Amino acid sequence: MIGLPIAQGLQIQKPGGADDCVASNGFCPEWIVDNIDRYWTPLLEHVYLTVAPVAIGFAFSLALAIVAHRRRWLTGPIIGITGIFFAIPSVAAFFLLQPITGLGYTTAMVALVSYTLLIIFRNITDGLRNVPAETRDAALGQGMTERQVLYRVELPMAVPEIMAGLRIATSTTVGLAALAVFAGAGGLGSEILVDKRFKSNVVVAGGLAVLLAAAFDLMILGVQRLMTPWRRARA
Amino acid sequence: MPDRSDRSTAEPLEFREATKRYPGAATPAVDGLSLEVPAGEICVLVGPSGCGKTTAMRMVNRMNEITSGDILLGGRSVKDRRPAELRREIGYVIQHIGLFPHWTIGENIATVLKLQGWDKPRIAKRVEELLDLISLPPDTRDRYPSQLSGGQRQRVGVARALAADPPVMLMDEPFGAIDPINRERLQNEFLRLQAELRKTIVFVTHDIDEAIKMGDRIAILQEGGKLAQYAPPAELLMYPASRFVEDFVGSDRALKRLALQRVRDIDLWTAAPIRVGTPTSEARAKIEESDVPIGLLVDESGRPQGWLSERALAGERVTKDLRSPAEPLLDLDAVLRDALAQLLSSETRYGAVVDSKGTLAGILSLEVIQHFLHAAPAASPTGADLLIE
Repeated sequence: MIGLPIAQGLQIQKPGGADDCVASNGFCPEWIVDNIDRYWTPLLEHVYLTVAPVAIGFAFSLALAIVAHRRRWLTGPIIGITGIFFAIPSVAAFFLLQPITGLGYTTAMVALVSYTLLIIFRNITDGLRNVPAETRDAALGQGMTERQVLYRVELPMAVPEIMAGLRIATSTTVGLAALAVFAGAGGLGSEILVDKRFKSNVVVAGGLAVLLAAAFDLMILGVQRLMTPWRRARA
Repeated sequence: MPDRSDRSTAEPLEFREATKRYPGAATPAVDGLSLEVPAGEICVLVGPSGCGKTTAMRMVNRMNEITSGDILLGGRSVKDRRPAELRREIGYVIQHIGLFPHWTIGENIATVLKLQGWDKPRIAKRVEELLDLISLPPDTRDRYPSQLSGGQRQRVGVARALAADPPVMLMDEPFGAIDPINRERLQNEFLRLQAELRKTIVFVTHDIDEAIKMGDRIAILQEGGKLAQYAPPAELLMYPASRFVEDFVGSDRALKRLALQRVRDIDLWTAAPIRVGTPTSEARAKIEESDVPIGLLVDESGRPQGWLSERALAGERVTKDLRSPAEPLLDLDAVLRDALAQLLSSETRYGAVVDSKGTLAGILSLEVIQHFLHAAPAASPTGADLLIE
């Protein structure tokens, strides 16, 4: 039997009777202001549960995309395999992995990373393929080696697509990380489960997840704009 | 413009039975191509699509590998060189230009310089020089390709190819994607640049007119990658080696030859320049000696005024009695084809030719041009020579 150690037995302490709103599990701004502190740790956990899988997933995907760029025939199989990972329901993955990796971060990380692979890999591959043939031809013709063409021309030109992939992967991961509680990895999801009938709690924990996703999105967008000044240059 | 030729390098290029065979193809793309391009000359590869002209060009920098035969650059086989290294020493300009959109113009121009490991101050100086060479303002350096017009981008493509002062340049339909008016301008600009730099250039085009304009020598290729003729433009127009070449250069090849020559290049007729007040007998003698049976009235400085009528010569001294004004006045430096057009449109038999001071230099007539077209080609000046005069 798989337990939910964080969620169980840790009901939110409510002052008995005095506050109608809290007692009736309503939406209580005053309670939120007083209790906002309890969400910082889960929020930080959630940030970690998002940043780490996306970073690791990006590293894997980039490596796979670079290999597949040289050996085109690998693209199909890689998309097939990462596609299967992507199709496994996340909660199922968290439970299925527990016998192997146990409860905690490792399980959550393995599952979350595997979800980012398809998205990021496909975007990097598309980005590399969208580099016009004549640009490649000019790069080789000027005397760049294949490696120089990749790192100086193709990857930089693929940045917009790569960043688009990172944005989708990050938003998806923020959402999926809310389920990491089932792997015993904490995060805002565990806070929701602490008292899921208490509207104030669910709204704050859920709302923070939404804000987090939005903040990451804006951050990546900002980085993308910094990295691609040429996209905004107009005559 | 400052003289840069002393710093410019060029090497001769030689195709030796160079052949390209693609696996599975029935006929070779380039079939035993042999030709020599002397250092500092433009060799145009021209022919219908599928004649292997681009393939032949791309074998020089090994963008296409040579199947058999060889290509020597400065006497050295390109096959002995590492491709990337070889390419850094060969300027490369393609129709779609292929500027890197994520790099500024300065970075684009410096592509090869960075690959060769130049330091920053030296690169900056060279980029500035090249922007000046292609007549773009210095602040273009920090702009992106998307901010430039097609013509400007093309010039940047040329500057990028010239950056490391390569001894050889390859240009594949470099002006193909430019509208006709700007193409003409870019061609002239490039010829002016070439007159200064004197690079060895292999230039690919499908347009015979461009070939005639740009080439010191033209190699006409036909289907199957065979060389049909390799000759200077005037010779090609005068003596096409085969029916294929004749058809390819077109039925207007005589006119094309005229476009290559200036009025000063041909033997003009002499005229009888006569001033008002000259004794009539003297005037008649002059007319007798000249190639034209009509006297040409000139002013004190020898500028043509008009053709004398019979009545002008009726008295003791020549009077100012004209049968027609001296029109058209043709410039000694005019392109022969344009001079002919002027002559035809003014419906006169004789056109007075004047030099830059307006002084009479001779007479151009339809007969003169006809004679010129049927004479053997003299050492033919090229487009580049015409432009630097």
